Amino acid sequence: MDAKLYAARRRRNVLAAVASYGATSIGLAWLALILGVLFWQGFSGLSLRVFTEMTPPPGAVGGLLNAIVGSLIMTALALVIGAPIGVLAGTYMAEYGRHGRLTSLVRFINDILLSAPSIVVGLFIYELMVRPMGHFSGIAGAVVLGVLVIPVMVRTTEDMLTLVPDTLREAAASIGLPRSLMIRQVAYRAARAGIITGLLLAFARISGETAPLLFTALNNQFFTTNLNAPMPSLPAVIFQFALSPYKDWQDLAWTGALIITLAVLAMSITARALTRTRKTS
Amino acid sequence: MNLATTATAPIVTPHAASASALRDKIAIRNLDFYYGESKALKGITLPLYANEATAFIGPSGCGKSTLLRVLNRMYDLYPGQRAEGQVLFDGANILEPGLDLNLLRARVGMVFQKPTPFPMTIYENIAFGIRLYEKLPKSEIDGRVEQALQRGALWNEVKDKLNANGLSLSGGQQQRLCIARTVAVRPEVILFDEPCSALDPISTAKIEELIDELKTDYTIVIVTHNMQQAARVSDHTAFMYLGELIEFGETDRIFTSPSDRRTQDYITGRFG
Repeated sequence: MDAKLYAARRRRNVLAAVASYGATSIGLAWLALILGVLFWQGFSGLSLRVFTEMTPPPGAVGGLLNAIVGSLIMTALALVIGAPIGVLAGTYMAEYGRHGRLTSLVRFINDILLSAPSIVVGLFIYELMVRPMGHFSGIAGAVVLGVLVIPVMVRTTEDMLTLVPDTLREAAASIGLPRSLMIRQVAYRAARAGIITGLLLAFARISGETAPLLFTALNNQFFTTNLNAPMPSLPAVIFQFALSPYKDWQDLAWTGALIITLAVLAMSITARALTRTRKTS
Repeated sequence: MNLATTATAPIVTPHAASASALRDKIAIRNLDFYYGESKALKGITLPLYANEATAFIGPSGCGKSTLLRVLNRMYDLYPGQRAEGQVLFDGANILEPGLDLNLLRARVGMVFQKPTPFPMTIYENIAFGIRLYEKLPKSEIDGRVEQALQRGALWNEVKDKLNANGLSLSGGQQQRLCIARTVAVRPEVILFDEPCSALDPISTAKIEELIDELKTDYTIVIVTHNMQQAARVSDHTAFMYLGELIEFGETDRIFTSPSDRRTQDYITGRFG
């Protein structure tokens, strides 16, 4: 054995390892910093009042109730609009049209939509809904978020159904199961955890969207469940309050940011837990 | 069953003369099969006798699994695969266009190489297939599930955990669950595609025993790589090579005095 060659290889190995560990820790350090600052700034403002009172005028005390409720309403509606469309389209691509040319075309376009800047989608819905209606509205906000949900759901549904082994489809066919039943009773069951994970990821994706909401739902200082009127949302309030010169508004913005982050974190952990049970079952 | 009917002519194959008392459940005639452009089966003519087990043997790629998958038209799930010729099932050609494939597959069941339980409970795995074609009260379905699991020699092992996930069973148990699932639909023919190749010897012995019992009620076709298995479970054996049927006859004769040189070479382990 050439001892020198071996020593040189060992040195290169150490260098490569140090470089990868270094890069990883730099990446993680930023994440830790962001979370740290967020907790430092947002945690002190976290009190019951945040969840029970409206956004205050400058100088007064208040909470984020209207923004939280607005966000929940629009996000839930967006999932109701986007998820069925996404799941059905993904089902078409993985089950009915797997070998078709239309599928590759849809997949290509879906990938573009997946990475399209959300502000463009916001502008599109602005032209489509806000201008004809003459005013900003919660429903337009829900629709724009729904459009953002679709590509995420299409992608995960197709991926998860493709992971279902063909032998299972053949087994279903072998007892005379029609394809529609096979998909509903066998393929969806096998892919259920993955599709739910996709739903949670879609939720995480849209819960922080700000730009498209500024074009559609805008904001509202007051509590509202009226979908035909401007509707407040956490990201829009954070945007407005963080840019304001008032200290109490800025503090509320930090608290709002912390709430969104914790919600997304909870979703991610749930998604992780779901995929893990899928592997062991 | 609305399978198109075609007149059946008496079928004569060179090696089946001694089996004239047997009834053809399926008669394959001049069957060609294509994967896209490549021809995988060449002019196969072969009878499959009722209430018997017929084994397809041959080296990898000889077309035995392909032939099996023609019998329930499983190949129809994939584009670019097509069969030409005739496969007469009780006299009706199942290759006819417009045939109801789900009905065909309810009559011709299949057990696969790897166990394929559905992602649901043991009970549901069986009941699912029954409910597809029969509307029965719960009590009767319970009875049918027990019957099917008995038939699959699994009942004693699972009767206390029918609500456990089918995937929680061992490999051998899963395979017997799949056999029970197939039997529950009450088919007439059961196709086995290397059913033991993923199983340990004890599970294999159980499945072989089961196949032997199932012959009394069903027509069995089994593809296997294991020569001893073919000798143990089958009554007739077809040896295939490069997409052609080389020899067909009673299993005892094929294994003791094959008439074709290639059959002899394969059986004695000289190739394949």
